[in-house]
Amino acid sequence: MRRLFDTGCHVVAQAVKCADVDMVAAYPITPQTSVVEEIAALTESGEMNCRFLPVEGEHSAMAACVAAAAVGARAFTATSSQGLLYMHEVLHMASGCRFPLVMVNVNRAVFAPWTLWADHSDSLAQRDTGWLQLYCASLQEVFNTILQAYYIAERVRIPVMVNMDGFILSHCRMIVEMPDQQVIDKYLQHQPNGWIADPQNPSAYACVTGADLYPGFREELFNDTKNADKTIIEAAKVYHELTGMWDGDLIDTYRCDDADTFIIAIGSMAAEARISVDLLREQGIKAGLIKIRALRPFPAAAISDVLSDGARVMVLDRNYGFGTEGGIIFAELKAALFERAAQLQIANKIMGIGGADVNYQMMADAVTSAWDFRR
Amino acid sequence: MSEQRNEFPAKYPVSYPVTGAGGDTGSWRMFRPEIDKDKCIKCLFCWIYCPDGVIDRDSLEINYSYCKGCGICAKECPRNAISMIREE
Amino acid sequence: MTTAIKNLPRDEIVMAGNGACGGCPATAGLRIVGKAFGPNAICLMTPSCSVASIGLLPKSSFNYPILNICFAAAGSSAAGMEYALESMQKKGRLNGEKPLVFTWIGDGGTYDIGFQALSAAAERNDDFIHICYNNEAYSNTGVQRSGATPRFAATTTTPTGKQCDKKNLPLLMLDHHIPYLATASLAYPGDFYDKLVKAKNTKGFRYIELLAPCYTGWKFAAEDMIDISRKAVNCGAWLMFEAENGKIEFTNPTKKFVDGTATPDSPAEYLSMQGRYTSSLKGDNKEFVINSVASQIAADLQLLRQRSTC
Repeated sequence: MRRLFDTGCHVVAQAVKCADVDMVAAYPITPQTSVVEEIAALTESGEMNCRFLPVEGEHSAMAACVAAAAVGARAFTATSSQGLLYMHEVLHMASGCRFPLVMVNVNRAVFAPWTLWADHSDSLAQRDTGWLQLYCASLQEVFNTILQAYYIAERVRIPVMVNMDGFILSHCRMIVEMPDQQVIDKYLQHQPNGWIADPQNPSAYACVTGADLYPGFREELFNDTKNADKTIIEAAKVYHELTGMWDGDLIDTYRCDDADTFIIAIGSMAAEARISVDLLREQGIKAGLIKIRALRPFPAAAISDVLSDGARVMVLDRNYGFGTEGGIIFAELKAALFERAAQLQIANKIMGIGGADVNYQMMADAVTSAWDFRR
Repeated sequence: MSEQRNEFPAKYPVSYPVTGAGGDTGSWRMFRPEIDKDKCIKCLFCWIYCPDGVIDRDSLEINYSYCKGCGICAKECPRNAISMIREE
Repeated sequence: MTTAIKNLPRDEIVMAGNGACGGCPATAGLRIVGKAFGPNAICLMTPSCSVASIGLLPKSSFNYPILNICFAAAGSSAAGMEYALESMQKKGRLNGEKPLVFTWIGDGGTYDIGFQALSAAAERNDDFIHICYNNEAYSNTGVQRSGATPRFAATTTTPTGKQCDKKNLPLLMLDHHIPYLATASLAYPGDFYDKLVKAKNTKGFRYIELLAPCYTGWKFAAEDMIDISRKAVNCGAWLMFEAENGKIEFTNPTKKFVDGTATPDSPAEYLSMQGRYTSSLKGDNKEFVINSVASQIAADLQLLRQRSTC
């Protein structure tokens, strides 16, 4: 085990180095920029055995990654906000082609007007691109999740987006434990198992098809995405066996065992919300926290299992679901828990938009102002 | 076309090279090219200019199953050895 | 010496019964590409007629590994693939010899939507071959104007004829300081083959542009496809040259026009053979149009002549 004390962006670069990635194509965008700079420095010094392709835009970054995956290479990119939006059509291509890519998205609000700070509008706008989405709350989780993302992607043949909040995680220094390289090599063996562009066995990939075959490919992706939950858990278990570290499961819970009031959050807000839970507990409220780690596939059953009948559920959204009743996670959760509508009281609070400060007091207040606990 | 190809699992959108991928393209033809072997000097212009490669390089036999009848071979033949005959 | 037709290899990558129109310049061009590159190559295609002519899944008309990619992505995808192959070779994870990576892209994917990524790949001198088969319009979607559509040509989005000139893309690419660039014509298959082989044997970013007269878009008889390719060269509407490390060398018959040992034919016949010029050539306009095209050709020749001597 090695120990690292560095910023979120540099931790990402170290994880990519540990994953023995063959090709990185990326374009800088605040707050992801130092990921690109660090990978460029590591590859140029020879410390990282990988080729870095300095593309001229994010559409090209993702296009380079899909073509690298098409010859069986392990590829990586990182982006944020507009960069992720600019990739949009290629994200669909990557999942449709079933290429096992891993990308880090440093969550940042979207234009217009211009802003640089965190919210989840960028990644949530890519919900339906067929990528798996994992959200992290600490740099150790970011490191572990990037390695696990390759494990998952290369088994289910669906690309994985690892999300971390801009500045809050990307520019914050934390201590990260890194497993020894031979342990990681054992965890992430190269075993190409999908389509390969192979001159010795020529075939064309993703050609034109009609309504006879097209629906089948989409249905297959739909089913495999749903079933990827098992592989996400397996990836964490195997990682735990090899490294002793645990960052896994579709959701993470805190003080939920006897809880009747729940906060649901994703990303760094879920780290802060632990303190809110403690605060609410001090006030005599039986609070618990559900941190959503996997947004795709959506962990409907896992969340439902934790929620007791009659529970109050406060969904914290760092985004707007325009034209709906509130945030996107709120809408997703209500749909997922529709069958238990009579047993649950689900409320929503939107906060932290465009990097607006979010602290434990605000989250606790969201809970106490939504329901009357004096009775 | 490789005879012993390895097929990928059906969940991947893979296409394998085969003759006739565009269908029975010989049926598109309105006029059929016919080569007068007596006039032919084996310059191979017809072979190289044919957009579909349906003229055999050695025998100069035309694969009528797939020849689309574009007429380029007849037009480019320096000896006018190829005539375009209207299909029945 | 240009390779004689009878010495061209027998390799065939275009399968009979493909989905292309009869008389398609793209399949005609791909046949020569296969002969020059041999089997150890990987092709990337952006949306274009050639993608449509592959045929419906699960059948393919081309005996190469082909990856379909997003429209704006020729330069970036080919670069990513080449970087990956190089990296895997270095790590000992590549079976056999590293394949040649090439793109087969229309004028839309080259001149217009694909230009940004292509320009970036050329600037980085990425190690692949970009081939543009230029049919001077978005033919696959039914012939709309592109950046390669010449002035006066009618398309469905320039119904009375395009008002502005096409881009000079070969020169734009040359100004990226790339190691090899060539223009080619289907009427000269040996020359096209030689240029492809030269590109194959060069390292770095290589650009080849093939004029691909599309009879449905240009509105001429299918049988005239090679003939019109030849006439384009003979009147100077299509200039034949190559450039190794930026040094322009002309190939015949363009070379003779540059030397002054021959003069280009009048473009009158070339233009009037094509239905896309019919409305521009109507009535009193005819002389103006022919003269304008002829003087544009003279200006293009002069520009290239100057570039070749500097």
